[in-house]
Amino acid sequence: MATQHSRAAARLMISPAVVLLLLWMIVPLAMSIWFSFQQYNLLYPDNTGFAGWENYSYFATDLRFWPAIRNTLVLVLGVLAITTVGGTLLALLLDQPIWGQGIVRLLVLAPFFVMPTVSALVWKNMFMNPVNGLFGHLAHALGLPAFDFLGQAPLFSIIVIVAWQWLPFATLILLTALQSLDSEQIEASEMDGASALSRFIYIVVPHLTRALTVVILIQTIFLLSVYAEILVTTNGGPGTASMNLPFLVYLASLKEFDAGMGAAGGVIAIILANIVAIFLMRAIGKNLEA
Amino acid sequence: MARAVTPTRRNLTTAAAWLVGFLIFFPILWIVILSFKTEGDAIGTPWHVLTSGWTTEAYATVQSRSDYFLHFGNSVFISVGSTVLGLIIAIPAAWAMAFVPGKRTKDVLMWMLSTKMMPAAGVLVPIYLMFKNAGLLDSRVGLTVVLMLIDLPIIVWMLYTYFKEIPGEILEASRMDGATLRDEILYVLTPMAIPGIASTLLLNIILAWNEAFWTLQLTTVDAAPLTQFIASYSSPEGLFYAKLSAASTMAIAPILILGWFSQKQLVRGLTFGAVK
Repeated sequence: MATQHSRAAARLMISPAVVLLLLWMIVPLAMSIWFSFQQYNLLYPDNTGFAGWENYSYFATDLRFWPAIRNTLVLVLGVLAITTVGGTLLALLLDQPIWGQGIVRLLVLAPFFVMPTVSALVWKNMFMNPVNGLFGHLAHALGLPAFDFLGQAPLFSIIVIVAWQWLPFATLILLTALQSLDSEQIEASEMDGASALSRFIYIVVPHLTRALTVVILIQTIFLLSVYAEILVTTNGGPGTASMNLPFLVYLASLKEFDAGMGAAGGVIAIILANIVAIFLMRAIGKNLEA
Repeated sequence: MARAVTPTRRNLTTAAAWLVGFLIFFPILWIVILSFKTEGDAIGTPWHVLTSGWTTEAYATVQSRSDYFLHFGNSVFISVGSTVLGLIIAIPAAWAMAFVPGKRTKDVLMWMLSTKMMPAAGVLVPIYLMFKNAGLLDSRVGLTVVLMLIDLPIIVWMLYTYFKEIPGEILEASRMDGATLRDEILYVLTPMAIPGIASTLLLNIILAWNEAFWTLQLTTVDAAPLTQFIASYSSPEGLFYAKLSAASTMAIAPILILGWFSQKQLVRGLTFGAVK
């Protein structure tokens, strides 16, 4: 049905989106790479020149670099573990026949719509604050010493906050997938005498694989870039205990004004994200074919 | 999967589900409660919080001490603006890819998805410097354009999955009935496309409203949306629980309500059509 004429029109309709995204991808990327090889400090804008690999070696030997890489990965994996396991269990629970399912769904979904700065500040002050926070009050009532979450276990606390925001997302997607499960298949397996456990392993889990892949892919994209939650809670500290790569890039470029080094860190962040992306894109591409 | 179960089991699962739902929702409920307390009562024990008097004092203070409405207006401008701009660019593209698919349509779609993989921190320096040199720091227009570019792949994908579901036969049928191209677009395609466009609009407003990397990096005061406004409470005003709660409640309430209405679309939009 597509004629030569309509193909040309289609190309014309697609091109603004493609051109804009191409520019958005290539121009800043090229500039990041360019700056990463330049001496460029925002405080001394005249002192420029080719820096070679200096920015990279400065960034990679910065005492905060390896902790930041480690924290980035721990943060991503920690949140993924909590949200995929918790989300699967919650989705299975919500998929049962229960009274007022619609309302429970809304309650569970709510944290996803809370902006990151609000959720991080609320958890920091109203819950994790050792003196006035709710957990502090509870500990006091039980006669236990108050625990300074963000001081003693900063990365763990941030993982909890971020997981609270993303658990609803994982739950909702897995629940949607569960609800599309063919009930006749389940009934047939029940008649054949399959136990609840084997039904779960051989029917439910394979059915959820695609949804789980999608959950992991999308969350990873966002989790590699966690920034606001760190900014308003710990500022990466104490020391480097909760510093991740995006935060270190921000510190180097906008707080320490070393744009060259910040750009080098940015390029490293892009490389890290792409390593993850290659695996995940392959998975989602395969899934999308189906 | 609704199957017959015994009433006891149904009651038990209901209780468990409500308990979990309540716990997950609790932090939001708690800030709403705290927002109606005085500062002194808000830092008390939970029991004291629940039994002390109620007041709207904190809301009045947030209103009078800060330009809450300026930031609220900025959030509306930036989220609606970036979404509408994105739709204007994405609708023709998604339309063409859905109705005149070529050999490379799948590749273009996957490539668009891949642009989402670029971590924001990776391009912070060039974008920041470009904005600085162009005098666009702390400008609503600059931020709107950046958020539009970030969400463009999601908008295209969402629209594509919706348009894809419009059956081609209906076009043939309308042509048989003598409809012109103009009639086709106006009376056949548009009414069928509007629900999808509306869902895309809603979801992307939510995403842009809550975006918290570029909104924090590229604004300070004048263009600051609510994300930045709340971040300014991180210290030392964070210690004023009632005010922080009131500001937070006002920042999340509108989007929470929009979000509850769009929960079905959320799944499709955020999974690039892979889960429906």
